[in-house]
Amino acid sequence: MILLFEQLLNGLQYGVTLFLLAAGLTLIFGIMGVINLAHGALYMVGAFAGAWVSIQTGSFWAGLVSGLAASAVAGILVELGIMRRLYARDHLDQVLATFALILIFNQSTILIFGRQPLFTSLPPVFSGSVEILPGLPYPTYRLFVIAVGLAVAVGLYLLINKTRVGMLVRAGATHRQMVRALGVNIKGLYTAVFGLGALLAGLAGVMASPILAVQVGMGDEIILATFVVVVIGGVGSVKGAFVAGLFLGMTDTMLRAFLPTLLQQVMPGPEAQALGVGISSMGIYLMMAIVLLFRPRGLFAAQG
Amino acid sequence: MKREYLGMIAVFIALALVPFAAEWTGQSSWVRLVGQALIFGMAAASLNFILGYGGMISFGHAAYFGIGGYVVGILFHHHAAGTAFLGLIPGTDQMLITLPAAIVVSGMAAALVGALSLRTGGVQFIMITLAFAQMFFFLFVSLKTYGGEDGIMVRRTNSLPGLDMRDRATLYWVVLVCAAAYYLFLRRLVQSSFGQIIAGIRQNERRMAALGISTYRYKLYAFVLSGMGAGLAGALMVNFLRFASPDMMHWSRSGEFMIMVILGGVGTLAGPFIGAGVLFSVEVTLAKYTEHWMLPVGILLLLVVLTARGGLMSLIRRVTGGGK
Repeated sequence: MILLFEQLLNGLQYGVTLFLLAAGLTLIFGIMGVINLAHGALYMVGAFAGAWVSIQTGSFWAGLVSGLAASAVAGILVELGIMRRLYARDHLDQVLATFALILIFNQSTILIFGRQPLFTSLPPVFSGSVEILPGLPYPTYRLFVIAVGLAVAVGLYLLINKTRVGMLVRAGATHRQMVRALGVNIKGLYTAVFGLGALLAGLAGVMASPILAVQVGMGDEIILATFVVVVIGGVGSVKGAFVAGLFLGMTDTMLRAFLPTLLQQVMPGPEAQALGVGISSMGIYLMMAIVLLFRPRGLFAAQG
Repeated sequence: MKREYLGMIAVFIALALVPFAAEWTGQSSWVRLVGQALIFGMAAASLNFILGYGGMISFGHAAYFGIGGYVVGILFHHHAAGTAFLGLIPGTDQMLITLPAAIVVSGMAAALVGALSLRTGGVQFIMITLAFAQMFFFLFVSLKTYGGEDGIMVRRTNSLPGLDMRDRATLYWVVLVCAAAYYLFLRRLVQSSFGQIIAGIRQNERRMAALGISTYRYKLYAFVLSGMGAGLAGALMVNFLRFASPDMMHWSRSGEFMIMVILGGVGTLAGPFIGAGVLFSVEVTLAKYTEHWMLPVGILLLLVVLTARGGLMSLIRRVTGGGK
């Protein structure tokens, strides 16, 4: 029971990471209509910049700031230099160009940092653990990640629903042509949204860096899961990204934690282990297939 | 029209002479490289049929490539061990059985994926095809009996009656004949009324539906045919490399097939083969000089997508002045 609760929290933490990535991706898709496979690369940029600075300075917070800055700058440069030319293109060109960006980002990172993963330490404030249930100590850092994720969710909600920029974002996600026709500075809005998406990806990257190994390819692993979240949640819907992100994060974590053990009840050990890991990796994709069968446009699809 | 036939025959003869040229110059790796490029070309051409002619952007095409390969690998595994697949189907190493089996099985997988995926469109279609490919990828990773992550060795190339398949050149010619036959098949297919309908659906699906054509069914047929082609290519590749692994269906492989199609020219017959040849040789050449060969490949791809419309085929046409 305690183990279950702990895994649920781990799932929640993975879920908010997915949400941070998916929120940016779904906004970028909803407003600009562009498929950005390179979103995971911005996550990696944030993680590497954050980890490197925090190793150099010894301060997690300096790493956090520089990780955010690096990914936002990288995102804005990518938007100005490349994405801008892709808005009018079809999905195929977008997929291929951003696929090329993944190759470029990954290889450049290898050239700069090498293949060895970077390891960072936890910020001292959050290095301990608290006993959230009797007999269940839980790392404070993970709780901090969850809190940050939820705070970002609230912040995004306020930004999108209560501000003028948010109004344009909502309008852009539902009637892109109309916003353009009404004379809104759409180029500026696009750059801002892309920068915001990159910033959130960078935040996810920096937050994950003390938990995971910071290495090349970390973006590729998580970007597929992020796309699953975006598609299940409904392209363009931040609410959908939130619901689907948390749900998938928890489901994926639970499957990985418990399925191999469950399978061992019915078949020999090593094979059950391999099969359990395999099936749990398939889990999120299977869920996406099922959701799309009943809701071909996702759970909370925006109109238009 | 005559010119096209002459060109096809000339290219075929030139490719058929590769093993002799390799022996003559002592560059024995040529046979291996050109053979692999031909097989990648087949896979890319099969993708091009739905992507270029049908407008269906499948991001999971490597799955059928891998499934075709695994059919050969698994049948050989059971043949060598003297056991039966699921206790029912005995293994074999006869190419006349393994290739059709690979085509059928990958076609069935494509039918399953296509029937579900084609209910969606746009970005959802791209992502759901990717999702299914990932599921197949993880399925094969988790099958410990067939090597799991490490893949499965096929110690000897499948045999064909009357031919010494252990000879590299013979195997190469078999691959070449398959590739040529597949090219001719696609050529017929594109010109057939079926191909016309597929192209019509790409241009305007609603119009085709208004003409009374069940577009879903036609798209599904095209999807299955395309998956079968990729399965054939995968089966040949496993024979050629004597090795099948989940890497064959990794999502970056699907991306690579798309690059080949784009590079060569979307919606052209020879384009995917040219794209495969160029990409593969660029990769092999760069890999000799630097381990960071992916960086120039990425930049090249970005430039091609951003600037060149129509890929290398349009360049060739401009130079030769042939076709439209």
